[in-house]
Amino acid sequence: MPLKLTPSRRDFLRTGAAVGAMGAMAPLASKVAFAQTPLVVGFIYVGPRDDYGYNQAHAEAAALLKELPDITIVEEENVPETVAVQRSMESMINLDGASLMFPTSFGYFDPHMLAMAARYPDVQFRHCGGLWQEGVHPANTGSYFGYIGMGQYLNGVIAGHMSRTKRIGFVAAKPIPQVLLNVNSFALGARSVDPSIQCQVIFTGEWSMAVREAEATNALIDQRADVITMHVDGPKVVVETAAGRGAYVCGYHANQSPLAPELYLTGAEWNWVEVYRTFVAAAQAGEPLPNFVRGGLAEGFVKMSPYGPAVTEAAIANAEAVKAEILAGGYSVIKGPLADNTGVERVPAGTAYVETAIELESMDYLVEGVLGSTS
Amino acid sequence: MVQLVHEGGGALGAPPGTTGRSTMEWLVRRAESVVIPLGAVLVGLALFGVFLLIVRWDSSRSLGAALDEVWTAFELMYTGGFGTAFSIQNTLSRAAPLLLAALCVALPARLGLVVIGGEGAIVLGGLAAAVAANVFNGAPGFVGIPAMAIAGAIAGGLWIGAIGALRHYRGVNETIASLLMAYIAIALLNHFVEGPLRDPASLNKPSTAPIADNFWVGPIPGMDVHWGLIVGIVGCVLAWILIDRTTWGFSARIAGGNVRAAQIQGLPVGRLILVFTALGGAFAGLAGMFEVAAVQGSANGSLNVGYGYTGILIAFLARHNPLAIIPFGILLGGIEASNGLLQRRLGLPDASVDVLEGILFVVVLLSETLYGRFRIFNPELRGSRA
Repeated sequence: MPLKLTPSRRDFLRTGAAVGAMGAMAPLASKVAFAQTPLVVGFIYVGPRDDYGYNQAHAEAAALLKELPDITIVEEENVPETVAVQRSMESMINLDGASLMFPTSFGYFDPHMLAMAARYPDVQFRHCGGLWQEGVHPANTGSYFGYIGMGQYLNGVIAGHMSRTKRIGFVAAKPIPQVLLNVNSFALGARSVDPSIQCQVIFTGEWSMAVREAEATNALIDQRADVITMHVDGPKVVVETAAGRGAYVCGYHANQSPLAPELYLTGAEWNWVEVYRTFVAAAQAGEPLPNFVRGGLAEGFVKMSPYGPAVTEAAIANAEAVKAEILAGGYSVIKGPLADNTGVERVPAGTAYVETAIELESMDYLVEGVLGSTS
Repeated sequence: MVQLVHEGGGALGAPPGTTGRSTMEWLVRRAESVVIPLGAVLVGLALFGVFLLIVRWDSSRSLGAALDEVWTAFELMYTGGFGTAFSIQNTLSRAAPLLLAALCVALPARLGLVVIGGEGAIVLGGLAAAVAANVFNGAPGFVGIPAMAIAGAIAGGLWIGAIGALRHYRGVNETIASLLMAYIAIALLNHFVEGPLRDPASLNKPSTAPIADNFWVGPIPGMDVHWGLIVGIVGCVLAWILIDRTTWGFSARIAGGNVRAAQIQGLPVGRLILVFTALGGAFAGLAGMFEVAAVQGSANGSLNVGYGYTGILIAFLARHNPLAIIPFGILLGGIEASNGLLQRRLGLPDASVDVLEGILFVVVLLSETLYGRFRIFNPELRGSRA
């Protein structure tokens, strides 16, 4: 996009005039003015787009979209979940003519995106992670998300084979359902290989706080953990700290193998590009966009990083066998009899939750075999 | 507070007065405190231009093209911050919490106290407002909204007032205490939001129970900016009256200039410290209240996004003059509002505006040394000493 990157003075003045005209029309400026121009898609990230994590996973997909014809991608990073994100969306709509918006952080949904969706009924908003409900939320909004717990379960299977100390570690941000499901899946995966394995979890309390992530990683390794995984926004610090101490790493969000080529085992990665392509194709064809989109490994929303050089044949064989079962459908990680780590039975025998089960979205416990507490 | 004499002369000298000559002199002296910060901002912008030239240097391009891009960046900053009706509202809505946050720094600063922990008062003010909203749930809006405001102001006032008390009674350094107590405040917020006060329905973003619909503070009529902006402006004006037009303010400035002299004069220095820190904290607490009542609808981790730290920058840019906080708050709001456009049109990283803010801060601090040095503003320098 030479025009966008290095506009000449004259280009600028022209856009400036257009922008001024749009400003006069605001807030009624809508995609009408852009009917014949490329589809403008706005992406908003809560952190840096090169964080080797959550935001990078989205930014990588956005970068692939740029190769499609008749499309302009506009992006903003480090946008907090405050009035700032409302204004960023509005600025993209008013000044850039965006008609499809992807605010990618969980906290953008309510009240920020909903407020903007009410104000700009002609713009389509699709949010990552929110729980869109028909009749409750506006029709020009929607949500998409992936079931990545199975990915952490496969991480756990590999970790179970590779751990010599029978102690694995998890650096987690906050004790919320999504994170707890990942911790439990990782632990259950490892314990499916060897039930004597214990998984220690440390919550840092913040989605992104490098100092505490490093401290937590060191603390886990000091307590003999030799395979580390994580659920924080940017896993870079955890991966580098763990590898620096000689521990194996299972990745999360994006592929972190460049940070630890020898010690990276595998990882649970988002694969958003197909999701975005679907939305963009519908928008370009003038068809209605789906409102509620979910998928896991089988649907291609989630993928595993290539196995690292350290992973043994036996581990790969086991993980691939489990993966084949998952891809076949109906696989359950959270199934009874299952007790939490205080001894209370959480899932009775005979009950099994597939990854789409609504019960998993309110998980508030750590399973037996996890060392740590949710509060 | 080297400039105490100067400020005293400016603020307390004869108002536009009896003779033409003294009016002129008064105006010229006042002009110094406008021209120097303005010049500093321009120098800061120029240095930022140099910074952009360096980070975007590409040997395949001509210098002209590179300068063109820098110019484009400034034009985009103007467009994004002030160039359209939408941009101005964007700027003002970002400035709203910053004005109140800056007062938390500026008021204690008049006593010579450097309080940098306004963030703590903001998050606790927001938390207290959310609690008040739940306590008064079911009450009419004209009861609930003031209750939230009072709760936020009290929480912020107690928090920063405690820092003043530590300073006065125990001699604890207020700068360090306020910074560290901000971390405690954030930890308290997280504890309550994720623990005892968590709304069970807020699964993946722990928050307190949402405030009732009639407790929402709407926008200012005709604008898309919440009432926190008006409260911030009124707060700045009130703070200016307090400092420049009351005996309390006069005493505070004396104590800020020379605390020993103030004590010898019998001024109540301890009480002044407590009142000014508590008042500053109350303003910051109100900023938190508006975040809950006008933006978020509940208290959660998004209260802690750094408004308190930007407030430090604004207060120093304004040289702790509450009236000057208004334009500098709007300037900083505009810089942050233009950030998105810089990212989208030029592909600049988000941190670019942080660099600009940092440069402005340093240049304005350096410009402090220029007061009283220009003969044009200081007729007494024109005498035999020159």
